[in-house]
Amino acid sequence: MTALSALIRRDIRIALRVGGGALIGVLFFLTVVVLMPFAVGPDLALLSRLGPAILWLGALLASLLTLDRLFMADHEDGSLDLITMSRTPLELACAAKALAHWLAAGLPLIVATPVLGLLLNLDMVATGAVALTLLAGTPALTFTGMIGAALAVTLHRGGLLMAVLVLPLSIPVLIFGVAASQAVIVGPMTFGAPFSILCALSLVSLVVGPFAAAASLRHGLD
Amino acid sequence: MTLIDLANPTRFLALTARVLPWLAAATVILLAIGLYQSALAPDDYQQGATVKIMFIHVPNAWLSMFVWGVMSIASLGTLVWRHPLADVAAKAAAPIGASFTFLALLTGSLWGRPMWGTYWEWDARLTSVLILFLMYLGLMALWRAVDDPSRAARAAAVLTLVGAINLPIIKFSVDWWNTLHQPASVMRMGGSALDKSFLIPLLVMAIAFTLLFVTLHLAAMRNEILRRRVRSLQMMQASRIAFSGESGSRGEGASNEVGAA
Repeated sequence: MTALSALIRRDIRIALRVGGGALIGVLFFLTVVVLMPFAVGPDLALLSRLGPAILWLGALLASLLTLDRLFMADHEDGSLDLITMSRTPLELACAAKALAHWLAAGLPLIVATPVLGLLLNLDMVATGAVALTLLAGTPALTFTGMIGAALAVTLHRGGLLMAVLVLPLSIPVLIFGVAASQAVIVGPMTFGAPFSILCALSLVSLVVGPFAAAASLRHGLD
Repeated sequence: MTLIDLANPTRFLALTARVLPWLAAATVILLAIGLYQSALAPDDYQQGATVKIMFIHVPNAWLSMFVWGVMSIASLGTLVWRHPLADVAAKAAAPIGASFTFLALLTGSLWGRPMWGTYWEWDARLTSVLILFLMYLGLMALWRAVDDPSRAARAAAVLTLVGAINLPIIKFSVDWWNTLHQPASVMRMGGSALDKSFLIPLLVMAIAFTLLFVTLHLAAMRNEILRRRVRSLQMMQASRIAFSGESGSRGEGASNEVGAA
């Protein structure tokens, strides 16, 4: 347990310090959201209707882009080999790394959501709904994306290929995240049903992600 | 002869060389019967002659999912049992599965044009098949991105299994999304029991297409094994030239390596 918490603390510290690049994700998120009005026009009514979708797409892309480095930096300096060889199960170590990554890179996205909601003309309730769905849904993005990151480090390929592989897998999260937010703003639907499914997706990915990533690392690194 | 006996590629090649002609013949015969029967099948009272697209479309759609299942079993073979032919099977199946998925989409959209008045509708089934197609393409891109086959095999196996877990979830969520966005705008086939005059040709076609897949898959696996043998022979030749011919034959070795690449 101490080994895992030490791993989490180390990863967060690295991510937040110079060269870590966790906060670039927030900057990217901001930039994507700012770009949107230029594409669809500065119509506030339209923006508030598209708001949840824009925020969710921005968060999806931001969390995907920062994931690229999840294992790569550790692989380059050799600490990934130490983690693989240590007595801590690799599955738990992967889960700890993903948790640290979510705390350092995913949580800032949710903190930034209210500010971006103002730009998109979302009211208080809508912004709260989007932030809540992001809080429930981004762990699923991180833990699914971790599989892609593990494949990336074993193949020495990153970037576009991994995005192509991981993005289809994150479609369910996107669907239910946007559905739950829309349910609060306009929908005839209740908020509870899509939100519970979103939480379920996060929990499933919490189980599947570490095992798949650990399998990929164990078979891929030699 | 069990599965483990097939681990020897030479034995596999010998066996498939004997089996393949029979499989191909059975495929051709069944396909001919199926096509003949579907041509004779009566027109639907609502859909007219376009209902005959179904005889091609449904087997393709069925195989698009079946092939992913085959690849998942092969991936288990790669990761769990380390069966040497499992990654060959997985690699050979991906392009075939992608083709079946593409044909299912294409015939579906050709059917949709007269029936729905549009080539593309964001219908739940169409959308989830499209996502399946994207995942096939991603998997093929993964195979092509890495030059070492065994390394690519393990990565692709992990991805295939994750996809196998995820595909039902995607299917379910797309269904949800579709009912949320456009309730009941699309007429649906199925649900009601098919008439016998449609069912029998459809079953024959489904079996014929499955046989077609098995034939193509075995042939593609043979090609992949032979391709790997050629590759390793080229590597051996290249290394022999590189290590022996330090004097004089360097130019020849370079030209050979270009030919190998």
